[in-house]
Amino acid sequence: MRNFIVRRLLYAIPTLIGISIITFVIVRLSPGDPIRFFVFGQRDITGEDIARLRHAYGLDKPIPLQYVDWLIAMVQLNFGQSFIYHQDAFQLLLGRVPATLQLAAVALALQLLVGVPLGVIAALKRGTWGDGLIRIFGVAGHAVPQFWLGLVLIIVFAVMLRWLPSQGLLTVGKDVWDLPDRLRHILLPAFVLSLTGIANYSRILRTETLDVLSQDFVRTAHAKGLHERTVVFVHALRNALIPVVTALGGILAGLVGGALVVEQVFSWPGVGQFTFQAAIAKDYPIVQAATMFVSALLVVSYLLRDIAYAIVDPRIKAG
Amino acid sequence: MATNTATIRVPTAAEALLLRPPRSLWSNAWYKLRHDRLTMIAFGVLMLLALLSAAADLFSQNLFNYTFEKQDLLNTYHKPTFDPPAYLLGSDEIGRSQVVRLLYGGRVSLAVGFVAALVNLTVGVTIGLTAGYFRGRIDDLFTWFVTTLNSIPTIFLLLIFAAIWEPGPVTLTVVIGLLFWTGISLYVRGQTFALREREFVVAAKTIGARDSRIMFKHILPNILPLIFVLAAIDIGAIILVESALSYLGLGILPPTPSWGNLLTNATSYFSIAWWLVVSPGVLIFLTVLCLYLIGDGLRDALDPRLKAEK
Repeated sequence: MRNFIVRRLLYAIPTLIGISIITFVIVRLSPGDPIRFFVFGQRDITGEDIARLRHAYGLDKPIPLQYVDWLIAMVQLNFGQSFIYHQDAFQLLLGRVPATLQLAAVALALQLLVGVPLGVIAALKRGTWGDGLIRIFGVAGHAVPQFWLGLVLIIVFAVMLRWLPSQGLLTVGKDVWDLPDRLRHILLPAFVLSLTGIANYSRILRTETLDVLSQDFVRTAHAKGLHERTVVFVHALRNALIPVVTALGGILAGLVGGALVVEQVFSWPGVGQFTFQAAIAKDYPIVQAATMFVSALLVVSYLLRDIAYAIVDPRIKAG
Repeated sequence: MATNTATIRVPTAAEALLLRPPRSLWSNAWYKLRHDRLTMIAFGVLMLLALLSAAADLFSQNLFNYTFEKQDLLNTYHKPTFDPPAYLLGSDEIGRSQVVRLLYGGRVSLAVGFVAALVNLTVGVTIGLTAGYFRGRIDDLFTWFVTTLNSIPTIFLLLIFAAIWEPGPVTLTVVIGLLFWTGISLYVRGQTFALREREFVVAAKTIGARDSRIMFKHILPNILPLIFVLAAIDIGAIILVESALSYLGLGILPPTPSWGNLLTNATSYFSIAWWLVVSPGVLIFLTVLCLYLIGDGLRDALDPRLKAEK
């Protein structure tokens, strides 16, 4: 097991290097001069000042050397100053992380608590109208544009019915620990964000449960006279749940990517919204910090997923 | 011994039933598809939407008498009505006809989806085939690159690219096409891995066929069914991404309408004009849903391991 984890950790290093190259290149090769953005709107700047600034920021070096400089700084979590806020980019980003984590955690919980039972129910009630409904949902849930669903829900629940707030983390002026208030705010965005995952899990669990139920050991369990409930919940389900772990990779990537759009629709002050605004404003240090941060987070979650998978399914370690 | 040479037995009626002409994989799949009502409906709806969008000029000139940029400041936020047919689905904040804009928007959204998917499939299939066939170093490089790309959420990459470079519709399509191939290539690589060990490939190698011939003449036809399934799902996914990007103001930019950017403004007016929010979203949903259903149907029809009873 330890060998497996070490090997898997080593694999993550070239991936992280690859991500850093892409992050660096996509921003560094952009049209326009970062120094111009930096001094934008400031008068009394001479060409000499610009040359000096360029030298000070190391922008007069060849690109590969600039990458090495950037990489060394990045490892120390120094992404430079935001062009707009003139503060440390990584610190600014960290301030936005809790909001996104809350949203993603609630959405993930919804996906598991709703999606998994839906799939199992569909498999157990195979061929009924309930199964049909869940299967339609399994496809339709993927096809709904998330941002549009968010808009429609805002119209229905916030504008028309006035049951739930339409945006933000909490009501302005309320206490930060006012949990009911926060729950009301997180409900709509978390639901929208979780929809694809719910659909995904319901599909996977349906096929998987059907697959397991048709295997010999289930027939044996039936044959030795076990109660139907025991067969399903103790014998079958334990095996059907393995893909929940495998699918986690795609689900997490979907959460992170989806959060960007959903946060924008619901004005949720998280990493996604922050990155979006920074990208529009061409605030490159923040864009780079956010991309690296989110990607590194994904690499780590893929790592944890693989380790969890190896624990659940012992065959993996050997391979 | 050759006494009764010409005794041709006439098959009995029961035997005649068994002697149906052999069906190829494709004609078999087509047979199954024709009897799959849901997939056929999805295909019909998709074709209808594509035809309507393709004939946008025709409709806007003859039926609606309205161009997609024509404004009418006296008729802003017009409710959906039959009377001037141009306001069939209402009008927007500067009196433009929603239905005409939807038709043209459909043209853009569908075109982006199809063309980007084509780029994607070409790249994904070629790279997946190469990595799966040659293995070794090439495959290591492939794995590294795909893992790297997969670790950066695609929408992040796309958003940053769009914000920094402000690409036009064509560039955007190509970039989406160049970013979304990883999933396809992984599937193709996996299948190639399995196929390259099969007898027919070994046989082709033995008689001296070149690598490129084996890859494209022997292995590729065997993964074609998979590619069709992936294509349907891919187009749907791309249409979703394009619409989200256009909604955020970074994809297809107005005045060119796309289903996504029709929603950008609609959000500011939804308390006055809900119809502006509903119609583009329903069309995106319907299109993507049809594509996913077609993908599912194709998978059922083309997978020889699934028996007819399903």
